Amino acid sequence: MMKAILPALALALASTAPSLAQTYAVTNGRVVTNTDQGVIADGTVLVRDGSIVAVGTDVTIPDGTEVIDADGGWITPGLFAPFTQIGLIEVALEGSTTDAGANDSPYSVALDVTDGYNPAGTHIASTRMGGVTRAAIYPSTGHNIFAGQGGLVNTSGSANSVFESGSFVYADLSQSGASTAGGSRPAAWAYLDAAFNDARGYPGRFSADHEGDALNRFDAQALLPVVRGRVPLVLNIDRAADLRRAIRFQAENAPVQIMIEGGAEAWLVADELAAAGIPVLLDPLRNLPASFDEIAATLDGAQRLHAAGVTVAYTTLTSDGYYNARLITQHAGNAVANGVAWDQAFRSITLTPAEIYGMGDRYGALATGYAGDVVVWDGDPLEVMSSPTAVLIDGEITEMDSRQTRLLNRYINITDETPFAYRR
Amino acid sequence: MTRKAWMPALAATAVLSLAACSSGTDSDGSGSASSDTDVVRHSLDPFPSTYAARESGTTLIRGGTVLDGIGGEIENGDVLIENGRISAVGTGLEAPEGATVIDATGRYVTPGVVDIHSHLGAYPSPSVSAHSDGNEATQPVTAEVWVEHSVWPQDPGFEAALAGGVTTLHILPGSANLFGGRGVTLRNVSARTVQEMKFPDAPYTLKMACGENPSRVYGNRGQSPATDMGNMAGYRAAWIRASDYRDSWHEYWEAAENGEDATAPTRDLELETLMGVLDGEILIQMHCYRADQMAQVMDLSEEFGYQVTTFHHAVEAYKIPDLLAENGACAAVWADWGGFKMEAYDAIRENLALTHANGACAMIHSDSDMGIQRLNQEVAKALGDGRRAGLEISDGEAWAWLSSNPAQALGIADQTGSLQAGLRADVVLWSGNPYSTYTRADQVWIDGALSFDRRDEDQQPVRDFMLGQPGEGEQ
Repeated sequence: MMKAILPALALALASTAPSLAQTYAVTNGRVVTNTDQGVIADGTVLVRDGSIVAVGTDVTIPDGTEVIDADGGWITPGLFAPFTQIGLIEVALEGSTTDAGANDSPYSVALDVTDGYNPAGTHIASTRMGGVTRAAIYPSTGHNIFAGQGGLVNTSGSANSVFESGSFVYADLSQSGASTAGGSRPAAWAYLDAAFNDARGYPGRFSADHEGDALNRFDAQALLPVVRGRVPLVLNIDRAADLRRAIRFQAENAPVQIMIEGGAEAWLVADELAAAGIPVLLDPLRNLPASFDEIAATLDGAQRLHAAGVTVAYTTLTSDGYYNARLITQHAGNAVANGVAWDQAFRSITLTPAEIYGMGDRYGALATGYAGDVVVWDGDPLEVMSSPTAVLIDGEITEMDSRQTRLLNRYINITDETPFAYRR
Repeated sequence: MTRKAWMPALAATAVLSLAACSSGTDSDGSGSASSDTDVVRHSLDPFPSTYAARESGTTLIRGGTVLDGIGGEIENGDVLIENGRISAVGTGLEAPEGATVIDATGRYVTPGVVDIHSHLGAYPSPSVSAHSDGNEATQPVTAEVWVEHSVWPQDPGFEAALAGGVTTLHILPGSANLFGGRGVTLRNVSARTVQEMKFPDAPYTLKMACGENPSRVYGNRGQSPATDMGNMAGYRAAWIRASDYRDSWHEYWEAAENGEDATAPTRDLELETLMGVLDGEILIQMHCYRADQMAQVMDLSEEFGYQVTTFHHAVEAYKIPDLLAENGACAAVWADWGGFKMEAYDAIRENLALTHANGACAMIHSDSDMGIQRLNQEVAKALGDGRRAGLEISDGEAWAWLSSNPAQALGIADQTGSLQAGLRADVVLWSGNPYSTYTRADQVWIDGALSFDRRDEDQQPVRDFMLGQPGEGEQ
């Protein structure tokens, strides 16, 4: 009756496939390029040796190329989830399966979250099958306003999934950060100032003592690239007043680069954020006054920030970021429903996150020279009823198979005589 | 073994004739007993609904695609609202004299959304410590608490849900306890008191919880239950006490009605609620994730002679659709939440569609102040995933997952949840196909009264909390 969804041989085939030199042509679909080429109504994307080599309507397909027929669907760059914890958490309530935060560590800024990334985590496959090929991962804050360093990963599940470490430092300057720092916002900002002084004084001020005013020697060293403006400082902030304080902090600490994660009230200070060149990682669905930091949260926030010229990438904060990061398409689609142009919304989950992390010339677009991260969809990717039918990462076709699809296949035919545990 | 699937929508008022405090036994101060007979009966409805529908006009919504909530889809369909009720659904309806006629061409008309699992008001926004009113986590059996006593009618989440087309919602206590307390079904209207929101004559419900939550909460305190087996023992001990309590009241009533000299049992609020379940007046809404746990609970209900109306969350419902159907128990589920604890680890995105397709009663639920704002999209995701798995489910059939099925499981399907003549005119006019991400509710009627209009700020409620705040009036 109902057929199993996945070919049983997919795994075996993939494992014998050559890792390089395979050429794929993704054809017969509406190509969203995120470049000056715009949307190509019926185009082809040619991928060779891991990268895109041609995009257009009259692409010559060489002999020996494997053709992936989009069947009239959509062909897009892989999605880039700009702020997630995929691969860090398997089961959130089981501490033994999580590497997101380190409450009892003596270190803070020095913690490199990519050391905890598990490419074999079961949520990686389901995230990839949702079209997400790249993600920034971040550490959770614990005993210190500094959570540590975030990094960038792909969702291939391969051993070399981490493609950049030390991409940003994450710190909490919201109400919860104030609480961590001792009970007030002044305490949190004083701590941040002291930490910056420690980093600026590294290594000299640590010649006699391992401890600085705020940071130890190891953490101060790790903060140095932030102080020098080479690595952005991502601050978790929602309240408008705190955002203004962050803008002032950036101005007083040039060349530091601030980014905002949260930003529930960012639309109230949109012009100042735009002028300061501070990007916002925003969940466009947040609209409830869930705390006194986010009283002005609104579904119109995304549209207002874009209109003011703020660089905005979309997160899935309200849907979680490790299990359902793939829902960024739904979040982006709702931004469109609330006034954001489709192209703008789609960029906010592809090219814009890549640009924010300094990778905009390699990820987030379909153009010659970009990584072969290509997703084929059965419809508009921002529609909740659409789904990918094929996902390429670094020019390799990936398996559309996860623990969830295995469970589905086991239970889809409830009247099968084979005992459940023997169905594989 | 076939059980009756649904409790009748019990008109609570019909069993409320109350009475007497013959010998001062009604000493608990409920104030609800009266003395027109000699038989003590405590009020089943001491906090009665004072809901009063707003003025309904006569409205003809013409030329839309109508999903009627019970499987039907009518192209170019009309819905006529008169006196707060649906008066006709069809094509080519005539506008009565004085009717407001709304052109729904290119748009969709559906019954209002019914969310069977919400904590709005009990865990309101902002979620500050003073607002944590959903779990009486002080002992594992608290059947005596009623969540309506925790609901803050000024929760801004109510109006956000209204903008998503939610016209009826069922508020539950949390799942810390084996017996969490009574739930309450509300009309999604702005009000000063919760009584003004209470759905008239909706049956009471009782929240129970399986699995990790009760055993974690109490196990961490070195108390029982600390395990799944402790959970089951806790339920059984409570049902034994409830059965005895029920027997004592039934014996007392029989004797008293026969004119014998009988003393009423001492009133116990906890056992009174459990007795209501055993008497079929209160519907069980039970938080359970795993298939094996649900199977245990269905045996438990058989042991004590009650019915589990709905399993909530039920992420493994797809593993036991046959058992659910046989027991007449429904599954209220998410589209794609899971993985956050071990008992949610086997969540699959096809759960709703597959459970439904394999013959059990299934529906969507939110359990979230965010999810409740877009239950149409949650159903769309479940429908899309189901179709990709090869299941044939129509658009009209799937709308039952957020309207008539939850209404049925709340015992109010004869009042709301579908577009049928005679039912309450709880209607949503969507800007397009409600299974599209880009569609939003344009207008929402509750009992025929226009209660939300996306294009008219005067028809957008703003709770007290938001007045004078920077986000006042923002959606």
